[in-house]
Amino acid sequence: MERIPILRMGPFLLITIQVDMHDKLAMQLQDDVAQRISEWGSAGVLIDISSLEIVDSFIGRMLANIAAMSRVLGADTVVVGMQPAVAITLVELGMSLPGVRTALNVESGMELLYGTQGISLGAAHDRSEI
Amino acid sequence: MSKLGEVISRNEESIRAEWMKHMTASVLRADLMSKVELEEQSKALLNAIARGVSSGQEDPTGPSWSGARELLQDISASRARQGFTPSETASFVLSLKQPLFSSIRRELPGSQDEMFDALWKCTVLLDKLSLITVETFMATREELISRQQQELLELSTPVVKLWDGILALPIIGTLDSSRTQVVMEELLQTVVATNSKFAIIDITGVPTVDTLVAQHLLKTITAARLMGAECIISGVRPQIAQTIVHLGINLEDVITKAKLADAFALALQKSGRAVVRSSAATNGSAQIIPAGPKEV
Repeated sequence: MERIPILRMGPFLLITIQVDMHDKLAMQLQDDVAQRISEWGSAGVLIDISSLEIVDSFIGRMLANIAAMSRVLGADTVVVGMQPAVAITLVELGMSLPGVRTALNVESGMELLYGTQGISLGAAHDRSEI
Repeated sequence: MSKLGEVISRNEESIRAEWMKHMTASVLRADLMSKVELEEQSKALLNAIARGVSSGQEDPTGPSWSGARELLQDISASRARQGFTPSETASFVLSLKQPLFSSIRRELPGSQDEMFDALWKCTVLLDKLSLITVETFMATREELISRQQQELLELSTPVVKLWDGILALPIIGTLDSSRTQVVMEELLQTVVATNSKFAIIDITGVPTVDTLVAQHLLKTITAARLMGAECIISGVRPQIAQTIVHLGINLEDVITKAKLADAFALALQKSGRAVVRSSAATNGSAQIIPAGPKEV
């Protein structure tokens, strides 16, 4: 079955969405992310959607859901590389994704994660050592 | 072939001469158009009308009048662009009435019925032709206006780069939905192109801020935030600040500053830079240095 790969980068998870999202794929991704965070004790999730050109309310809700889920599991979520058209669409749909942090590209997204996780970074490592 | 057609084709030369004589008095605008040009236009138009009438078709919207219609549309469109008034353009056609009427009177002196018939047909025809003229004139003007509107829209939304990673968007004029759309797209595209983390929206030039304008602004800011850029609103005038509070608009999630300079300073500070006065220079020149190494 088609899946979106979730990469592990130290204490963070890296998800790059490069295909058109359909609902089943989105549901699968939510499950996988929750699974991986608890499995690896990740402190942050970075979702790169720079190749995503079409978005609907379901995908928007998926992003919000992943962020909310990660927060419950103790991880920050950063969405990076949103295209202008996608941003306008989400705003017009009334989805401002309040709990989601955003950055322009993967680099600044990573910087953001490192910056905000400065303290809990050590904790994440500790967790993985246990 | 109707009597009118006969009259026109027999008297084409004299009608034209008389028409020109009348026109130079009333319609010719020597400042906008030369007499030679006017003569050429009149000749071509009269020819086309003569052809249309002799085809036997009385309605100038019919197919055999297409030559005359196209000619009129060309003349009228070019006059609209040259700056003629609508009445001047219409009277170019209407002034043909007098010479036509007088030649009808000369040609058909015997029968009152025939003369009346020809006069009526002639009047209807010229009225319709002048309506076509005015319509084309208006259409050309409308087109001109909408093109200018579009140009104004594009001109009025420049996104300027203030510093590496800091954009400014000075908005001048009222924000309506279509303009917000242009502003938003322009801003977001520039954010992507220049990889800017901060965008300063300066509303000094926005005359009034009501709930609708505020909503448009908030939309733009939310969209920019979704892409990872932070927006700062600057240029909030005292009256506008009062209006915003009175209207109960919630701008609490947005950073607002009174002056563009304040917003710029904040953006510099947030991106880890500081403006310091250079100790070597005494004339007050300043330089921007990064405020210490970035924490990674």
